[in-house]
Amino acid sequence: MAEPVIRVVGLGKSYATAAGLFPALKGVDLEVRPGEYIAIMGPSGSGKSTFMNLLGCLDTPSIGDYYLAGENVAHMEKDALAVLRNRTLGFVFQGFNLLPRMSLQDNVALPLVYAGADKESRRAAACELLDKVGLGKYADSLPNRISGGQQQRVAIARALVNKPRLILADEPTGNLDSHTSEEIMRLFGELNAEGITIVLVTHEPDIAAHAKRQVKFLDGQIVSDHLTGQTA
Amino acid sequence: MLKAMLSEAWLAMGANRLRTALTMLGMVIGVGAVVIMMAIGQGAQYAVQQTISTMGSNLFIVLSGSFTTAGVRSGSAGAPTLNVADGAAIAELDGVSNVAPTHQGTRQLVYGSQNWSSQVIGTTPEYLDARAWNIVNGAGFGDSDVRSATRVALIGKTVAQNLFGDDDPIGKTMRIQQNPFVVIGVLGSKGQNLDGRDQDDTVIIPLSTAQRKVFGTPFLGSVRMIMVQADSAENMPRVMDSVTSLLRQRHRLREGMPDDFFMRNLSAAAESEAETTRTMSILLGAIASISLLVGGIGIMNIMLVSVTERTREIGIRMAIGARQKDILTQFLLEAVMISFAGCLLGLLLGLAIALGINAFTGMVVVISGSAALVAFAVAATVGIFFGWYPARKAAQLDPIEALRYQ
Repeated sequence: MAEPVIRVVGLGKSYATAAGLFPALKGVDLEVRPGEYIAIMGPSGSGKSTFMNLLGCLDTPSIGDYYLAGENVAHMEKDALAVLRNRTLGFVFQGFNLLPRMSLQDNVALPLVYAGADKESRRAAACELLDKVGLGKYADSLPNRISGGQQQRVAIARALVNKPRLILADEPTGNLDSHTSEEIMRLFGELNAEGITIVLVTHEPDIAAHAKRQVKFLDGQIVSDHLTGQTA
Repeated sequence: MLKAMLSEAWLAMGANRLRTALTMLGMVIGVGAVVIMMAIGQGAQYAVQQTISTMGSNLFIVLSGSFTTAGVRSGSAGAPTLNVADGAAIAELDGVSNVAPTHQGTRQLVYGSQNWSSQVIGTTPEYLDARAWNIVNGAGFGDSDVRSATRVALIGKTVAQNLFGDDDPIGKTMRIQQNPFVVIGVLGSKGQNLDGRDQDDTVIIPLSTAQRKVFGTPFLGSVRMIMVQADSAENMPRVMDSVTSLLRQRHRLREGMPDDFFMRNLSAAAESEAETTRTMSILLGAIASISLLVGGIGIMNIMLVSVTERTREIGIRMAIGARQKDILTQFLLEAVMISFAGCLLGLLLGLAIALGINAFTGMVVVISGSAALVAFAVAATVGIFFGWYPARKAAQLDPIEALRYQ
């Protein structure tokens, strides 16, 4: 079997609060193999957001190890993590998070700026991906000119622009109506069919049902981990 | 990458035009003030230096002493204690390049139907060398004229205009105190001296002629004033000391007796004036740079607001791979761009106002490249210095917190 994209061993994270140390994540083990499509579920406060922040290299764990594409990133420096986020990961957020003053093309190309690509290759890559998500004709528009669903497509294009090993999507349909949500989930399905690994956080079972595997969090621990269609 | 960041900084500046313009205004006023102050200060310095150079450099004068008759004191140069031989002895000293005994006063000049009152200086040919005074028309007189007391005169430009009008004065005869003098030369223009007196309103004649025919003198050969030029500014104090001891020796003054002559350093007065204007322009520059400082603080203030407003944007940028130094560079670039744009406008404004002052008041302004260079260096420093803290604050944001910021 191929090397896992993600291998998490005994991962824990505690936060200092007024009432003392609060363990948000209590020793989690998980493996994600290339081409997998996983939905992470759980109520708020279950630790799934903390887990996503750790997977996304936005935060470092208190204990445990996290191997991203074979490399232990648990104790890396901030700038090294930034490079990982840039080269290895693609983010899709609930609030789309496009930069309002930039054209869609520039938004999609932004990760390439930090990767140091030249202007011509940035433009070419951005146009190709905007075409792929069906928004090529809006390349020079500003984000506020298009609908929420379209903005999320642009955000997905941006996540793909650096050819990442893994797409992390945090409630990607949370701000969208059910019809548009279906469209976005169909796009994720297509991307996965092309072999892209996707980890998705959601609290909606309908959305989670699009994934191939569902992992449930409760009180900072994984309480179930099964393929879609099977019961826990 | 830098190019992409520059265009982003440009976009960010354009996003809030009024705010950017107001922030820039602080720099515009600061740099403008520095440029104007430096132009005026350097102009004043230039004007003083011009005056000094017309006076002649490294000059001092020896005046004969005062005397007291029945309790009434004469003031300097009242007593006939100096003579031509003293002058000749001074000329032998080391470090002395020119010595010119002079006797001067104001006399009425007459030519045809015109008359004019002017300063008459009786002196030797060295006087013109000491004061670096050239003759633009005709020729000067020589030592033989002084020895034989010929009645020849050199006249300044103002005298030539008032007495001779459009006529060529060379070879014409004018009268001073009823004595006819032949004009043999016209002096080059020197303009005003530091007191504002017109230096061109002057007639120069041989010393002996002046003493015998114009002023009269109680003892032939005595002079009221000797002008001495040292060969360099460094030698001035040494030359003045040796002139003092020479004259005391010649006048047989014993230890403890006061000098029977006075000495005045002409260049020192002018140099102190130059020093005053220099101090003035430094002071003005210092005040102007305070407004630059205030402009810089304005930039820092707005950058801090900008960082807070754009916290979410910073979070997004970090999530997609911006390193700390990328964020730092981005905000620093913005601050420096505002600073530079403000500086450029300030420079233009300052130049325009300085030229306007020159055009409307006739005040001398000197616009130097170094002033512009200084202003630009200051602007870059201000931009980086005051942009650094907000930029660092942005770079050190926690990406998770920043992403959550509404």
